[in-house]
Amino acid sequence: MTGPGREDIPIAADDDVVRIRQVVRSYAQRARLSLVDQTKLVTATSELARNTLTYGGGGSAVVEMLGEGRRQGVRASFADSGPGIPDIELALTDGWTSGRGMGLGLSGARRLVDEFTLDTEVGRGTTVTVVKWSR
Amino acid sequence: MTIGTGRSDNLAELLRASGEVLTRRWVELAAEPLRGRLSVAELERELADLYAAILAGLDTGDRDPNSDAFAEVRALLSEMSRRRARAGFTPSETAVGVFTLKRAMFELLDQAEIAGGLAEVVAFSLLLDAFGLWTFETFAKAREEVIDEQAEQLLELTTPVVKLWDGVLAVPLVGTLDSARTQVVMEKLLESLVTTGAAHAIIDITGVLAVDTQVAQHLLKTVMAARLMGAECTISGIRPHIAQTIVGLGIEFGDITTKASLADALRHALRRAGVDLVAGDRRG
Repeated sequence: MTGPGREDIPIAADDDVVRIRQVVRSYAQRARLSLVDQTKLVTATSELARNTLTYGGGGSAVVEMLGEGRRQGVRASFADSGPGIPDIELALTDGWTSGRGMGLGLSGARRLVDEFTLDTEVGRGTTVTVVKWSR
Repeated sequence: MTIGTGRSDNLAELLRASGEVLTRRWVELAAEPLRGRLSVAELERELADLYAAILAGLDTGDRDPNSDAFAEVRALLSEMSRRRARAGFTPSETAVGVFTLKRAMFELLDQAEIAGGLAEVVAFSLLLDAFGLWTFETFAKAREEVIDEQAEQLLELTTPVVKLWDGVLAVPLVGTLDSARTQVVMEKLLESLVTTGAAHAIIDITGVLAVDTQVAQHLLKTVMAARLMGAECTISGIRPHIAQTIVGLGIEFGDITTKASLADALRHALRRAGVDLVAGDRRG
């Protein structure tokens, strides 16, 4: 394995979302994810990064390489100290949005990855962590 | 150099008296690192203007680089660094124009043995340092402007609207689609629909790396807008991994026609326009 195994990226502007996509893509390639899985992970992180920016008012992302036996994976987590999500069930419902999006970002991202954890508290902020494993 | 407590305008007087010698040496020193990329005559003119402005500022007795007395110096420096930045000079090559005046002045003081106050020399030296930093700052700003301009040009360049057939337009999208770029694409496409009177538009996303909900939303809006104008819009170039991701996300393209390749989309558009594609009969 070459390159760093972990990267911290601040999320403060639209450009940062693009940069996160590029970093995640290179990690996914190094973890030997298939093209489909690469695209799924990149798309999911793109959604989550944009959520952090739009609804969390900015924050930061951590992208890491994971190794577990023979399989490899990529973990990405997105943290903000924004308003938090009052109703998680509702937020994860297809088509529901508190903003102007399609309402598929969070729920769609969950379907695109292998592991999805959502940690949120109203007033404290939100952290979403996703993992995608190579097959 | 004799150190004493002379009158506060001793230095200004010296600089004025030996102006010619000093500027000549200054130009010499400043020209050296530029290695002929700027003509000496050009440099002479620039530095002579700058020298006059600095003297005028010094005459007021003011030593604050941000005061009104040096407004002209700052304006000249800004313009100089801006020109250098655009011409591709490095920041050091730009700032050297200011710092070499200091060297020329020290050389002069060494020879001149004047009764100038050390405090005066130090103050002047600090002033020049501040001007040097000023050139750095304006240089960086000018470079950022250049980068912004290029980004904007890229925005224009990468979104051509091409005519595939009478009444059939296509927009091949490449790379990352953000809000600004999609906005440009949308406007260009809708404008072209009006000017060409085309009834069919194809948005080809073969070159798009990933389609997330934001990109999908932009695409859907563009298609809707084209429809409102009476044009049929097809999205083509949806590759397998993109298709699977779109399904995973749960995005519905509704009744919008999508095709795997641009060729399929063109065939579809031609069929709708009533054009039949027939293989040529070469037997006879």
